[in-house]
Amino acid sequence: MNLTERKDVKTIPIIEMNDEQLMDASKNFLLSLKLNEMKTIQEHFLKLERNPTDAELETLAQTWSEHCKHKVFNSSFEYVENGSSENIENLFKETIKKSTKEIMQKENWLVSVFEDNAGIISFNENFDIAFKVETHNHPSALDPYGGASTGVGGVVRDILGVGLGAKPFANTDVFCFALPETPKEKIPKGILHPKRIFKGVRAGVADYGNRLGIPTVNGAIFFDQRYLGNPLVYCGTLGIIPKGFHQKSPKQNDLIVALGARTGRDGIHGATFSSAELSDSTDSSAVQIGNPIEEKKFLDVLLKARDLKLYSSITDCGAGGFSSAVGEMGEETGAEVFLEKVPLKYAGLKPWEIWLSESQERMILSVPEKNIEKLKQLCNEENVEATVIGKFTNDKKLKVFFEKDLILNLDMNFLHKGLPKSKLKAVWNSEKEKATQFSEPENISEILKQILSMHNIASKESTVRLYDHEVQGGTLLKPFMGLTGEAPADSSVVTPVLGEKKAVAVSNSLNPWYGDIDPYWMAFSCVDEAVRNIVATGCEIERIALLDNFCWGSPEKEENLGKLVRTAKGCYSASKDFNAPFISGKDSFYNEFSVNGKIISVPGTLLISAMAVVKDVSKILSPGFKKAENLIYLTGNTFEELGGSAFAHLINDSNGKVPKVDSVKALKSYNALSKASSHGLVKGMHDLSDGGLGVALSEMCFAKNLGAEIDLKKIKTGENISRNDFLLFSESNSRLLVEVEAGKEKEFEKILKGTDFSLIGKVSKEPVLKITGLNGKKIVDQKIELLKNAWRKTLKW
Amino acid sequence: MNPKAIVMRTAGTNCDTELVYALKLAGFDTDLIHVNSFISGKTSLDDYDFLGFSGGFSHGDYLGSGKIFANKLKYNLEKKVPQFIEKGGLVLGVCNGFQILVKSGILPGFNNDYSSEQSVTLSFNDSGNFQCEWIELKKEQSKSVFTHGIDMLRMPIAHGEGKFDPGSEEILNKLKKNNQIVFKYVNNPNGSVENIAGICDETGRVLGLMPHPERNVHIFSDPLKLLEKENIKEKNGAGLKIFTNALSYIKSERNK
Repeated sequence: MNLTERKDVKTIPIIEMNDEQLMDASKNFLLSLKLNEMKTIQEHFLKLERNPTDAELETLAQTWSEHCKHKVFNSSFEYVENGSSENIENLFKETIKKSTKEIMQKENWLVSVFEDNAGIISFNENFDIAFKVETHNHPSALDPYGGASTGVGGVVRDILGVGLGAKPFANTDVFCFALPETPKEKIPKGILHPKRIFKGVRAGVADYGNRLGIPTVNGAIFFDQRYLGNPLVYCGTLGIIPKGFHQKSPKQNDLIVALGARTGRDGIHGATFSSAELSDSTDSSAVQIGNPIEEKKFLDVLLKARDLKLYSSITDCGAGGFSSAVGEMGEETGAEVFLEKVPLKYAGLKPWEIWLSESQERMILSVPEKNIEKLKQLCNEENVEATVIGKFTNDKKLKVFFEKDLILNLDMNFLHKGLPKSKLKAVWNSEKEKATQFSEPENISEILKQILSMHNIASKESTVRLYDHEVQGGTLLKPFMGLTGEAPADSSVVTPVLGEKKAVAVSNSLNPWYGDIDPYWMAFSCVDEAVRNIVATGCEIERIALLDNFCWGSPEKEENLGKLVRTAKGCYSASKDFNAPFISGKDSFYNEFSVNGKIISVPGTLLISAMAVVKDVSKILSPGFKKAENLIYLTGNTFEELGGSAFAHLINDSNGKVPKVDSVKALKSYNALSKASSHGLVKGMHDLSDGGLGVALSEMCFAKNLGAEIDLKKIKTGENISRNDFLLFSESNSRLLVEVEAGKEKEFEKILKGTDFSLIGKVSKEPVLKITGLNGKKIVDQKIELLKNAWRKTLKW
Repeated sequence: MNPKAIVMRTAGTNCDTELVYALKLAGFDTDLIHVNSFISGKTSLDDYDFLGFSGGFSHGDYLGSGKIFANKLKYNLEKKVPQFIEKGGLVLGVCNGFQILVKSGILPGFNNDYSSEQSVTLSFNDSGNFQCEWIELKKEQSKSVFTHGIDMLRMPIAHGEGKFDPGSEEILNKLKKNNQIVFKYVNNPNGSVENIAGICDETGRVLGLMPHPERNVHIFSDPLKLLEKENIKEKNGAGLKIFTNALSYIKSERNK
């Protein structure tokens, strides 16, 4: 079959091109392909003795994009750490996936990992649960509202398209911005002010998530000036799916059905654009436009069609539009598509634009012919458009026609397996950790207030309240709890099946400041924090699964890749040690921005998201102190670990030791705490993270406006610590504050025997935080109201 | 036979699964049906005792909250909902459902006229923002059949347009005189006139309110219950009472 010539289909003469011309073509067509990739394509078409059409070249570029193929993680590496070299055959398989594989050998609750749109684990005997977190960084930089809202829409479609479709029951979101108070004159040309980005992003998430009726239950906001030109927006969704619905495959002659919104020219080149650094000349037509009600409409219909088993496979139209949705779905069969059948928003699209458009709110189904009328009727009843645009074949070819003309004819095998593997070099040099350089400040009380007011620690309530976190009626542990709804919870607990005892706990953790010192311990710390956030729910935990999300700068720099490899190694160790497998993940590179020719890259940012199945929601602990005279324990071990801490940043010291993790001790401690909690001995629990003990104590007091009397001398430490500021603001991992009912200390300590813990004080009726320092003098004597005000004021807009 | 409830939905409806769950928990046989099915005549309200409009963003709320769904009721279903009420049916509208009842002229239903022009409204919160938080309601002396045995009630709100505005002093006085004000906020979250959170019609069988009783049927949905969980004796969340009251009313009417 020959490809006919049409005016609206260009043929690109790559067979005759030299290296320079190939790279020019890659740039001019916004393909983001490297020279070796362009050459592989050239060779392929040389063999075919013809040149590719624009649609073919675009399809290859989309399918081979970093966004779709995770090229960096699947590359082999020469990794040089402190001068000694190591060969890594496939970074993903030897780190993230390795721990999962090892854990899978002894656990039977992993249903689908790394294969589909999202990871799936077993929930109860009738249902499984899926979780996915995506990034939408570049679109959010150009159009914060649109970028963030389509970020939500996209990840929700991932869940709708996992297996035969899961019902979304919770959203998470994590943002990284520059400081909203950045002076206007410091904003380079071509980028939006961080406050505008912040406001736009949170409005986008709120408007889209709220309209879909999915509760936004957990998240985080992290501030650092390196996000000025390239904010990060992570959107996550959890879904529930009946058992047995995780498998899917289209059959020969099944119809290809486009469901949902019409196709327009919005979002052309989204996938390849995510592999380009941003500048003041970036074209915003790469950003998609969202309409949540369109998505809600087919959400309702799809779940009905799923239960009637009307389709054999489903996937979302995300990056690359039809090209990647049909291309991926038909990989094992082959597919032919007739583009003139696609319903358009408006006339005038070129064939390749229809094929590549990333218009939102579209899904692709494979429907056995006998079911098509029933499906159409179902859709019709709810005003959802469903259109047959082609069918699956058995020739393992992807063929696309426009008005009877063949405009694309690609071999599935070349499309999916033809990408040349690259070998990358990664370099990591650890610097010797230096002790913290500053001396102990005099007014610790004032420092505590300043730390509470720091952007990364301050209350995020003003953002959280814009999101409906209660819709669907299953949110029990909410982001803010306590008497006045001002006390932060470490994780959220949601019951996806109303009335069930079992529920899902979800938490997030990121701390790129640790990564500035050592990304291995950043990864380990994140996993530990995500896990202990779930421990803090007080519930007995059946299983914990993790998601990894890497947002990095250019992978063309050896030191960026060195950090990446070291982070991935930390992920492997931590996941394995905590028996918490990764089930899905995402990576995003080229998160950088050029200002006057100088590249500013985001700090290597790893987000760890955790979901856990908790056995019995009646065991949930509300955060914060409950009753005067109850005892306050600090579990875990405190070290002089202030490297990358909030305190060190406040003081402007880039030295210090980064927090490490002793995972054996941590696990023992967490298990003991869960047991003590299930025996009813624990009344409140809170994890120590940014800002350390001082912040955790304050936050626990906010729940019922109670106070605390603490003696720092009582803290058992892992090394000799002679400074009050170190004890109060160290960010050593694996520690929790635990409120134990007065009189139950013997029982509690019996259960915790063999772990590290210290009884450091008691809850007081008077709403004042009183801390006695090492020298016996009172170093903090602050009204809770004042601490709370300090914590609430920073982001109260 | 259990009383039968129906929740009518459209594009952009949400909060429907939890409303259905709450109705079932209270003892209703409950169906969830798209408005198109009523327009086409496939489903009839005659088969039901209770009609629910849940929260959400019907048709996106882009022309004002609930406006399009309200127009569908008015111009596509015409007299069907008014006739359902006149025949003794119960109607509950929560959040977007309340907005729909108000904008279609079903509430306040002065003189039992459920097809009049819109007279009161729910407008943008004073904060200008969507707000999701738990609030406390105080029951007023009213004709509502939903509130028996309730004095104070905690529930979450989740809305951007929940400020109740009667439009005129005259209408406000009429609502007061007729005992149509059902709930008031203890601490007004959105600027509602006289703290009004929910109203009923003159028969007491139609209730509209902004807060979500269906989100407080699990005992630990209320954060205060979780905070004081040692002292809890109840099995369900306090919001369930709204639904069991409706059920009891229908049963007692049947026995008359």
